[in-house]
Amino acid sequence: MTQNDMGQAPVLTTADGLPLKTSLMRTTRRHRIRAFLLVAPLLLFLVVAFVLPILDMLKRSIENPEVHNHMSRTVEALEGWDGESIPDEPVFAALVQDLVEGGEARTIGTVASRLNYEASGMRSLIMKTSRRAGRIEEGPYKAAVIDIDEDWADVDTWRLIERESDPFTLSYYLSAVDMRYDAEGNIVDQPDYLKIHNALFIRTFWMSAAITGLCLVLGYPIAFLLANTPLRYSNLLMILVLLPFWTSLLVRTTTWIAILQQQGVLNDLLVGIGLISTDNRLQMIYNKTGTMVAMTHILLPFMILPLYSVMKTIPPHYMHAARSLGARPFLAFRRVYFPLTIPGIGAGSILVFILSIGYYITPALVGGQSGIFITNFIAYHMQTSLNWGLAAAIASILLFVVIAFYLVYNRVIGVDNVKLG
Amino acid sequence: MKSMKLTTGKTLAGIVGLSLAAAAAQADTLNIVSWGGAYTASQQKAYHEPWMEQTGDEIVNIDRSANGLAGLRAQAQAGNITWDLVDMLPANAMIACDEGLIEPIDHDTLLKAAPDGTPPTEDFIDGSLTECFIPQIVYSNVIGFNSDAFPEDNQPFLMEDVFDVENFPGKRALQKAPINNLEWALVADGVPVEDVYDVLETEEGVQRAFAKLDTIKDHVIWWEEGAQPPQLLADGEVAFASAYNGRLFNAAVNEGQPFEIIWDNQVFELDGWVVPVGKMDKVRDYLEFATDTQRLADQAKYISYGPARESSAARVSTHAETGVDMKPHMPTYGPNFATAIQKNDAFWADYGDELSQRFNAWLAR
Repeated sequence: MTQNDMGQAPVLTTADGLPLKTSLMRTTRRHRIRAFLLVAPLLLFLVVAFVLPILDMLKRSIENPEVHNHMSRTVEALEGWDGESIPDEPVFAALVQDLVEGGEARTIGTVASRLNYEASGMRSLIMKTSRRAGRIEEGPYKAAVIDIDEDWADVDTWRLIERESDPFTLSYYLSAVDMRYDAEGNIVDQPDYLKIHNALFIRTFWMSAAITGLCLVLGYPIAFLLANTPLRYSNLLMILVLLPFWTSLLVRTTTWIAILQQQGVLNDLLVGIGLISTDNRLQMIYNKTGTMVAMTHILLPFMILPLYSVMKTIPPHYMHAARSLGARPFLAFRRVYFPLTIPGIGAGSILVFILSIGYYITPALVGGQSGIFITNFIAYHMQTSLNWGLAAAIASILLFVVIAFYLVYNRVIGVDNVKLG
Repeated sequence: MKSMKLTTGKTLAGIVGLSLAAAAAQADTLNIVSWGGAYTASQQKAYHEPWMEQTGDEIVNIDRSANGLAGLRAQAQAGNITWDLVDMLPANAMIACDEGLIEPIDHDTLLKAAPDGTPPTEDFIDGSLTECFIPQIVYSNVIGFNSDAFPEDNQPFLMEDVFDVENFPGKRALQKAPINNLEWALVADGVPVEDVYDVLETEEGVQRAFAKLDTIKDHVIWWEEGAQPPQLLADGEVAFASAYNGRLFNAAVNEGQPFEIIWDNQVFELDGWVVPVGKMDKVRDYLEFATDTQRLADQAKYISYGPARESSAARVSTHAETGVDMKPHMPTYGPNFATAIQKNDAFWADYGDELSQRFNAWLAR
């Protein structure tokens, strides 16, 4: 004790006798806690509204609880099955028990729906057997069950049940990229007549890239004009840019329908001035053109605003200096002005591109068959086919790809260089 | 658009009603999910209004039946069921029932007997009462056409005519789903009505159906909402449109549109109520009222769907507003019914997933 006291330098203390260091740490800790409490509502909101749903989506895309939970006896009895012959009596006895109980508890329907995604006809096989299994009073169960439906004597039925008995599955991801398990459990391509998602992924990405490009080409001059005209006029121009921004998305989309459809304003005009005959009215909507036009218009402000805010900060005398040093206008623009706007281009492009990938209302309304995005299929699987696992898998893939794009972007341009204003 | 405004108005009225209902201790608010448009309007007049008058309850119409099963699943998973009664097709009712999303129903104790004492299980159409489902109507998927689109001496009347783009040119509006379209493609290709689903169970049959659809694919506009086909027909965008027969009737009789129906190979099925789990006590009295003989007969005054009770069928009379005799407009009327296809719910429950995917892939090609 005394030795320790002797070995140390005299400790600075505050008025109440605490060491200065401790007191300082307390104060900063208090500050930190206060700061944390201030951001806590936002953090909580982000966790509840953003992080948890995404985690739930990721979980849904691989979880496969139906067979595992509601046919647990059958799954257990199937352990050690050779996968080649029809299972034996104990498996069938377990199956009957599972199906009868599941029928009474009304849980077997989810198993039936799940297995039907993998092989058409499984729904009625499970439901029919579940209803009739209650009437089987005693064994041998094998003969009785096969008597209900011969499909129970098909090895493929059992292979499917065994494969889907795992609480996690890759089936949804396979289905999302147009692949599947075959009867033997190998991963194979879907037959051509069932392929659909890959083409839509590719279309979504190239069309989003094209929309981003269009927005850049159209938005750059407008932003330049906004940043370089006197305030009086630029304010008015700004309102013209922002007005559509404040208008409902649906209104803007349906306006394009009124303009572009075959009996619409633009076609009427073209027929009116005699450019096309009334029988040859142009098909400008319900296809890729419709999606491109409407989405470019809707996303344009997201390109213009970051560009404008960056251009506004570029002092005009940079260009003057370049000109006075002998550069022609184009060279001065290319060597001096343009490089300074790259952070704005980066910010606008990544905003438009990511927003565009996630859009689904506009493609649904004006895209027809050829102009819809993969997002429309997420909606379809959520609302119509009700295959939420598949919807989650497609959405997860989309998320991964966007993250990948972001990382590549960060590598090439650098997120630090992005300026939103 | 008009019907949208109407329902918004009703929803608003419902919200106002909700707060009023909170004041009056007795009255209840029922959230009833249905199909919207002319169909919800017929339910409003035949069931909801008399019930609200009798009890003081408020009924809020929610037009979500097109996504009814998705909604039920989502509400059940979230553990917060807000719908009290849902109008649904039997195929979806079967799935919802198997998954335990809706209440099983003891029809004879829940429902009213016919006026002559016939118990419900004998009064409703044979085989229409399933475990969790109470049918209201028989409706039909038909092809309608705009009679102005064809010369008077060459009007279509067969299903083959719909697939004959040479003699009957013009765009066709079909529902963006395999259901009905595959059946029609097969019968138009010469498959007898009674064999349609047997053929469709085979790979060759499916190929044959898609091959037949290929012959008109370039002439088709695909619709998704039931209100679209009458609109497309009225705008002259299409010559033919598949539609629910009641919507075509509504446009023809109430709005004076020159629409005719091809009853040949109509695909008919039922439509009815299901009760989400835990809501039985709340809707029991309403259900008993809304499915009695008179109410079902009353509904047929407003829309041309056949009542699902035999005792109601005899009471079907004339259209409430125009006085048109409703019988010849019913799907079940003799001449209309001769070549009808009964939609096979069990088939679609099994093959719906795969055929829908195949249909979507076919569309995208």
